[in-house]
This record gives sequence, C-alpha cells and structure tokens, in this order.
Amino acid sequence: MADTDTSRERAATDRDSTNETTPRSTPSSERGDVTFTLAGVREGFVTGFPVAIGVAGYGVVFGVLAGRAGLSVAEAGLMSATVLAGAAQLIAVELWADSVPAITVVATVGIVNLRYLLLGAALRPWFRHLSPRAAYGSVFFTADENWALTIATLRAGSRRGAFLLGSGLILWGLWIVATVVGVTAGDLVGDPAQYGLDFVVIALFLTLAAGLWEGRESVRPWLAAAGVALATNAVLPGEWYVIVGALAGAGIEMVTHDG
Amino acid sequence: MGSALALDPAVLTLVAGMALVTYATKAGGLWLVGRVDLSERAEAGLDVLPGAVVVAFVAPALAKGGVPEWIAAATTVAVARKTGNLLLSLAVGVGTVLAVRQVV
Repeated sequence: MADTDTSRERAATDRDSTNETTPRSTPSSERGDVTFTLAGVREGFVTGFPVAIGVAGYGVVFGVLAGRAGLSVAEAGLMSATVLAGAAQLIAVELWADSVPAITVVATVGIVNLRYLLLGAALRPWFRHLSPRAAYGSVFFTADENWALTIATLRAGSRRGAFLLGSGLILWGLWIVATVVGVTAGDLVGDPAQYGLDFVVIALFLTLAAGLWEGRESVRPWLAAAGVALATNAVLPGEWYVIVGALAGAGIEMVTHDG
Repeated sequence: MGSALALDPAVLTLVAGMALVTYATKAGGLWLVGRVDLSERAEAGLDVLPGAVVVAFVAPALAKGGVPEWIAAATTVAVARKTGNLLLSLAVGVGTVLAVRQVV
C-alpha cells in the first residue's frame, strides 16, 4: 500500500505544529483538517456494522457467563453499557463467580485493559486535531475491533475523526443487546463455534492486517510482534501477549530506525 | 437468581470500578502521548504500532487453531488483499472455517 508517503507527511506535520512560528499560510491539507462530523459518524456506523455483528456473538457468550455468575439482566447490561471491554468483562465475571474480592477484580480489569493505552496513543496523530470533548468522548467507545477499523480507515487517507465514535456506537448498541440476550437465553445458547462465530474476530484482524501491510517495511516489526506475542502467550497468563508483542514490534522499529 | 431487574449494591460498585479503570486506560494513552514531545524515532515506533497490535493479537489465536483455522486464515487474507472488502473477507473466512471443519 502507499502508506509510507502518508506517514512521512504526518511526521512532517507533527514537526510543523510544534513550531509556533510556522506561517499561518500552511496549506490546510497538512494540518488540522481532521473533521468531526455527522457524516463521519454515519460512515463509521455503516462500516462498523458487520464487525459489530461479529462482536455481538461474543456479547451473547458474555451474557451467558454473566448470568451463570449470578448477575441479573440489569446488572450485566449496565456493565456492558458502562465498561465496553469484552475480554476484561469476561474475566471479571469469571473471577466474581469465584468470590474474588471486588478490588482484585477491578485491578485485573485494569491490567487486561492496559493495551488500550497503546490503542489510544496510536490515535493521537488524528485526535490531537479534535476538540478535547470530541476526542475524550470518542475514546470511551474504543474496542479492539472498531479501533482497528478506525486506524485502517484513517491511514488509508480518511480525515473523518468521528469514525471511531460512529463505529463504536453500533458496536456499543449491539454489545448491550447481545449481553441482555445472553443473560436471558442462558443455557439455550450452545457453543458459538458451531456457527463459526469464534473465527469472526480472527478473520477481522487478518483483514485489517492485510490493509495495514506496508510491504518490506512491515516485515521486521510484524515478525517481532508475532514472535514475542507467541512467546509471551506461552509463559504469561491472560492478555499480556498483546501488549508485550505490540511493544516488541514498535520497539524493534525504534531501535532500527535510521534517521 | 432473583429478578431480571435486580441491582445489587456490591455489583454496582464493581461495575463502577471497572468502568472507571477501563475509561482511564482508553483515555490515558491519548492523554499521555499528547504531553510529551516525540522524537522522530518514537514517531516511527508509533507508526508501526497499529500493525504490531493486530499481529500480536492474532498470532497466538492462529497458533492455537488447527488446519481449518489456518486454511480459513489464508483464504481470508487472500480475499482481503484481492478485494479490500471487509464484509466479503469476513464472510469467506467464516464460511471456509465452517466448511473445512466439516471435513477435517
């Protein structure tokens, strides 16, 4: 993909904006033209729909587990509406069912969610141009899936900063509905693997990887990320492999960067 | 089991704690990185971060899978590269994994 040029342009843009003496005549295409519009929300909503359907499959699974842990429909629905973090929610209700203290559950949720720090950081080149209200309001709707979709869209040249919000809204809505369905239906739902739903998220990430591929430049960071993620997954429990693997990929790029 | 609308104070406290911690991680990355001046080297690292997260996420999941998942993964990537169509590659990927699971 022709992503290399965009990233160089972006690096140049970032340097410009730290320099207060940059003339006002800087072309608008080079800075600050990231928008936050209803059209952007709509595009995110529509593009995110198939992804949200896949996520809803996991929402049903979460709902079933939450019900078995003793949460009511209202409690589980409220958790999905205010937390919106699939893996963390699943782990939390599993711990809660084993009568683990709330403090420990919340701390575990924080650790599982550490990767969101990286996801938020990666949004910066675009979100720094948005108002704090738009930026910090939007990030509430960050989930792995719509974040990846948003990054892929922005990197492809879109300037629609509201894409994360739009794709997050549809994901959020279906996540809540699926949770309620899961708690209500309970044991009626069988193994999601029989519908292939367990493969939806993998297929999604592979599709996104295909879009983020920048040719030879991606080989080294991606190999490092995959290798370290596999090794971490073998020795550490939980979701650590995502954050450790991703940091390894970014780290090797920083170490070998020539410039 | 109780009523569907039951709200236990202990559960509400837990949910509130989870919501606060989660939002802090989601907003924290954006906030932190905006406070510091990034070197060109750091920018380069940030630049490859999205791909690295995606790869780190998917590698163990694929390693855990079997022949159906690997065949479906290859098909998904092929369709994605060829068409760039998200919905199509998702549908082909899920369809393939279901089909191959029937025969393997």
